[in-house]
Amino acid sequence: MTRIIRLAIVILSLALSLVAQESGAAPLIVQPGAPGQPTKVLPATTRAVLAPVAVRDVEFMQGMIHHHAQAVEMTALIDDRTTNKELKLLGARISHSQAEEIRFMERWLAARGKPTSMAAKAASGGHEHHHMPGMEMKVDPIMMPGMLTPKQMDALSNAKGTAFDRLFLTGMIQHHEGALVMVQDLFGTAGAGQEAEIFNFATDVDSGQRAEIKRMQTLLGEEP
Amino acid sequence: MNVNRTANVRFVVVLCFSLLITLGVAGQPSPTPAPPPDPFALQKAPPLPAGMKGSDATDPRTNLSPGLFDAGEAAFGIKHLQLLRKPDAFQLGLDPEGPKMGTALGALGIGNPSMVPVGMRLLLGGLAFANSDLAFQGSRVFVGNFYGINIYDIADPADAKLLTSMVCPGGQGDVSVFGNLMFMSVEMQNGRLDCGEQGFPAPPPPTNGQGGGLPAASKDRFRGVRIFDISDIRKPKQVAAVQTCRGSHTHTLVADPKDKENVYIYVSGTSFVRQDEELAGCSAGTPDKNPDTALFRIEVIKVPLANPQAAKIVSAPRIFMESRTGEIAGLKSAATHGTGTPTPTDQCHDITAYPELGLAAGACSGNGIILDIKDPANPKRIDAVNDPNYAYWHSAAFSNDGTKVVFTDEWGGGMGARCRANDPNVWGADAVFNLKDNKLRFAGYYKLPAAQADSENCVAHNGSLIPVPGRDLKIQAWYQGGISLMDFTDPAKPVEIAYFDRGPIDDKMLVMGGSWSAYWYNGRIYSSEIARGLDIFELTPTQHLSQNEIDAAKAVHADALNVQTQQRFHWPNSPAVAKAYLDQLERSRALPGAEISAVRAAIDKQDKSKMRKLGKDIGRRYNASFGQDGVRMQALAAILKKPGI
Repeated sequence: MTRIIRLAIVILSLALSLVAQESGAAPLIVQPGAPGQPTKVLPATTRAVLAPVAVRDVEFMQGMIHHHAQAVEMTALIDDRTTNKELKLLGARISHSQAEEIRFMERWLAARGKPTSMAAKAASGGHEHHHMPGMEMKVDPIMMPGMLTPKQMDALSNAKGTAFDRLFLTGMIQHHEGALVMVQDLFGTAGAGQEAEIFNFATDVDSGQRAEIKRMQTLLGEEP
Repeated sequence: MNVNRTANVRFVVVLCFSLLITLGVAGQPSPTPAPPPDPFALQKAPPLPAGMKGSDATDPRTNLSPGLFDAGEAAFGIKHLQLLRKPDAFQLGLDPEGPKMGTALGALGIGNPSMVPVGMRLLLGGLAFANSDLAFQGSRVFVGNFYGINIYDIADPADAKLLTSMVCPGGQGDVSVFGNLMFMSVEMQNGRLDCGEQGFPAPPPPTNGQGGGLPAASKDRFRGVRIFDISDIRKPKQVAAVQTCRGSHTHTLVADPKDKENVYIYVSGTSFVRQDEELAGCSAGTPDKNPDTALFRIEVIKVPLANPQAAKIVSAPRIFMESRTGEIAGLKSAATHGTGTPTPTDQCHDITAYPELGLAAGACSGNGIILDIKDPANPKRIDAVNDPNYAYWHSAAFSNDGTKVVFTDEWGGGMGARCRANDPNVWGADAVFNLKDNKLRFAGYYKLPAAQADSENCVAHNGSLIPVPGRDLKIQAWYQGGISLMDFTDPAKPVEIAYFDRGPIDDKMLVMGGSWSAYWYNGRIYSSEIARGLDIFELTPTQHLSQNEIDAAKAVHADALNVQTQQRFHWPNSPAVAKAYLDQLERSRALPGAEISAVRAAIDKQDKSKMRKLGKDIGRRYNASFGQDGVRMQALAAILKKPGI
């Protein structure tokens, strides 16, 4: 074989391998490194991995269901106690969105085989409650940040007219600010808030409740 | 997508509640609890508000059969060419019976995979692997995903091929391309500087109520805009990663026509502000309490093309500021959907730049805005609108001539069914505005006209212009509502002229899916289907769109396309383009039939002198009062007088 033919074969096979690489070859699965670091080639058998779900994620969802349930309870008081149209609108919106979010959180927990309520968790051997021998088991209210105390709820329930409006707005602002604390706590916990759905949900709770707090401050006359 | 409410699997509830009952109530005599409401049950739309109209439930798209890969389909004027299913590396496992799937289900707390119907297994954790936005360069399409980016070769659009699957989680994976550089948005907590899929470890389970005590802040976390060198398309290499306080939900590439050495990236962050311990200088709160808040701004990254490693934030413009008073929170939404009081706007969701015009249109949660971007590092707001029917300003597109802007409203965040017969057809819709002297003026709404099922997430989402001369056309994604081609030539009366739709993934529960983005690129329509993969379509002629008009659109070639960076279409002086105008003038009856036939005959015979004469006639008769037909007549006359045959 002459050198020219040999060279031609080398060039041809090089060109062919390039073509193969560009069009015919199997797709490459790669994973870049940090900036400046090389990119790894992963095996063709690589499959996706779900982001970790932390204990705090589950607690956040269970706690937020409980938290939201009180907001729904508060809005249910509106109709009999005030005629304030703006407040009725606001209440309907809060009731609707929080009920919808409760369903989302229940789905998230259910799909991961977790109890959907704190009460269920307690009943299943949670550590929040103590059995009092000889007494009927009475569950103390579980308080999440910002939740109204039984005393505050009683006061709200007993108020009418503008007094009710004021208590409702200050109470719901307190309540919503608690939700913001819960979100901050979630993202402030190592390993938490990484799963895609909980990330989006918590982000949405954060912006949604911030906006509602602003609205309520306006209704209270605290904002220009 | 902004927020989501992913439905999951009905049987898991049953499983879960039976688990609960077994675990929780065992050993305790307890009254049988009332069966809890099924959180997977579909929700009916509330009654239509007074005076509102919903979508049409008699449309052929309304009752398509469900299925992941065998759903019923309906199409008009759009032909489906190919579906490239999501690659294995971007799903929990293509083999639903395989051991990997068992492991994945186990991680979700489902010990016995046989409890999970086979067809549903692929959809667990769907959002984590959702396809998102698209970018194009040469014969390649870049498909963003919450888990990374897939790059396809589309040299043969009827036989597209996957080239590269780049694993790099962090969502949402909004992608754009410029020269050898690829940019990617990251906002989620699991994003790592090194593209690792493992995220960050959770501390060990708490003992005695104590957590693991690990700090949440991590120098390895990445939220912001990644920059890759794609000189080797098979092995993108990360060259820079610019951290931002809220991460990057979307980004917009802005090339300064006067500056060839740099490009700019506008960062729209919509998520929470991270801790100062993780990224120095980040703090949140309202501007009255914290004037340095990372809310109420966008960030501008300057990327030196010769040295992308040196990319950095060069400004953080307070584009919502009230210039008169200096109030940072100076823009407010309308009181949407009768919700009472407006709220201040603190974020943009997406920005579309039109560098040639020196303008950008921002879809900024509570407002639509226009920015002057002639100095790209210092965009200035020059107009803002809000709208009582708008819940969430999501994206924007200019018309080719820059006289109109189409905004979209992602009411409900993208995970809800919002196109039902009882959902108002002005909520979750497009809004077309006229843009004159830098002022936006509302003209009309457009919403997917076909009613969708309770199990289909559907609302206005991403789309691009189609370069049919003489008309303003936009192809647009509506999630599980499919894709719809809107003609907004008359901005007050936008109409649909073509569509493609599949039935729901499931009809018992809402499983997230559908088209995230549908964009025209060099003759084809590409759609990133959230759950299923990459769809490729072509237009087919109908009474509303002729073959000549499609051919004229195909005559426009782009070397690359990032839809949020608009480039002006220019049409050649070709017979195909002239014939497209002729078809339009025939449809609108602006020219007599005999004259149209004469022009067509002259073009077909390539009779240049005849064409010149006819062109002069038509040009002479042009009159400004003819409106859009006048524009077409002028353009037609110009080609006939100087045909590029």
